[in-house]
Amino acid sequence: MNLLELHSLAVHYGGIKAVKGIDLHIAEGEVVCLIGANGAGKTSSLKAIAGLLPAAGGEVLFRGQPITRLPAHQRVRQGLALVPEGRGVFPRLTVEENLLMGAYQFDDKPQIRIDLENSYSLFPRLQERRAQRAGTLSGGEQQMLAIARALMSRPRLLLLDEPSMGLAPLMVQKIFETIRGIAAQGVTLLLVEQNARLALEVSQRGYVLDGGRVTLADSSESLLGNPQVRAAYLGA
Amino acid sequence: MDILLQQIINGLILGSLYALVALGYTMVYGILELINFAHGEIVMVGALVALAVLAGLAGTGLPGPVMLVIATLVAMAVCMVAGLLIERIAYRPLRTAPRLAPLITAIGVSIVLQNLAMIIWGRQYIAFPPILDIQIYELAGATITNIQLLIVAVATLGMIGLVLLVNRSRLGRAMRATAQNRDVAGLMGVDVNRVIAATFVIGSALGAVAGVLISAYYGIGHYAMGFILGLKAFTAAVLGGIGNIPGAVLGGLLLGIIESLGAGYIGDLTGGFLGSHYQDIFAFFILILVLIFRPSGLLGEQVADRA
Repeated sequence: MNLLELHSLAVHYGGIKAVKGIDLHIAEGEVVCLIGANGAGKTSSLKAIAGLLPAAGGEVLFRGQPITRLPAHQRVRQGLALVPEGRGVFPRLTVEENLLMGAYQFDDKPQIRIDLENSYSLFPRLQERRAQRAGTLSGGEQQMLAIARALMSRPRLLLLDEPSMGLAPLMVQKIFETIRGIAAQGVTLLLVEQNARLALEVSQRGYVLDGGRVTLADSSESLLGNPQVRAAYLGA
Repeated sequence: MDILLQQIINGLILGSLYALVALGYTMVYGILELINFAHGEIVMVGALVALAVLAGLAGTGLPGPVMLVIATLVAMAVCMVAGLLIERIAYRPLRTAPRLAPLITAIGVSIVLQNLAMIIWGRQYIAFPPILDIQIYELAGATITNIQLLIVAVATLGMIGLVLLVNRSRLGRAMRATAQNRDVAGLMGVDVNRVIAATFVIGSALGAVAGVLISAYYGIGHYAMGFILGLKAFTAAVLGGIGNIPGAVLGGLLLGIIESLGAGYIGDLTGGFLGSHYQDIFAFFILILVLIFRPSGLLGEQVADRA
């Protein structure tokens, strides 16, 4: 069974028809990417999946159940986590408070403790800064925090929106190593990325969005070799 | 008698009342960026409900302090429900509207509550019944009554309780997260509507307590008492830095002391031209100065810091 299915999902954002009916599916354990130019509808699609934007049409199925009308906070409880564009850390909460917010839905303290220790071993930098306000972290550290915080919600599906945005190349490499590691642990991933090459390199399949529609859907390997994709998104 | 010390003591008592009310303004502002102008009326409702309960208990022969506790609990319950309804009916439908719309609505709610109170309780002043034996204590040449001590103690407990709730509890963490980024709080599994409702309920409970203490302090309640009080508590919240909880406490205490000293010395300062009944000008004079020179308040976060 597919973990996530979109059936002709349409999303309006600020009076613009940002997503005009897309179909997409992700099986358990897959890493899938959405690539496309600015304004192609990538972020709007992710927001609609997570419940931050209402669907203007179509359906979102998660584990076979329609979640199209569920508010965001109930989708998290089903195992769907979004690392938003621009990271969205709580700037005046400490690093550790941010992480605990990720586990807000749980009250099993021992397991939360274990998840917290796992976050710190995944990102030792966060442990060093656990008592610091998140707003004082560098962009890369905030991205680590946003990913670790999403993992605290024990997601079945992790949605990542532009994790490389605004980061130095070395930090981008580190973040993508982590993403590979998370995928290797069996977490299903849907990755939205401007950097199409990186996205296609970590994923198994990819969708190309253009003007709010899916124009291509294929294995990442084929997309990397596709002359159209190479010309439009890979700068080759 | 030491006049200066006496004025400072009076100021601290007045200030702790302002602080208790200011917390309600600052909590709602922190989470919604809304000046809930109806909050002063919540304080009035708390006072008048408590006075009505005290009147109803008059013949029962219960000890005064017991009556006061019962009246306070009823007032808190009524105000918590009122706060919940106001948020649900008046503010929630305007959550995504331009900011001016909820602000005007808040003023509207305030007028509605005042008029409802006038219909229910009438236009006359309602006296606080003499249920408490007033004790007067001497303190280094100044005096303080048991009611004043009670006000300081209850206000302090309320403030400590609120600070613990906001900084230590799961609900408090959710409130702070919602204030900083509502969408992302939802992504963490926080039911943002419930957190916002809880904020109104808690602020209203503190407002009700303040209302009871104020009517006990001045010995009266009145349907219009919430107006000036609300404006002053709002000033206190702005002075401390609106949205900031320790700021509301600091702003309240400072405003109380300034007002008290001002009222005490305004006659001397103006050669008798202005009397102590001009004490209200200090609050608004301070509001103007703060808005001109330090709009973020004494402890306020810089606006640019908001994510």
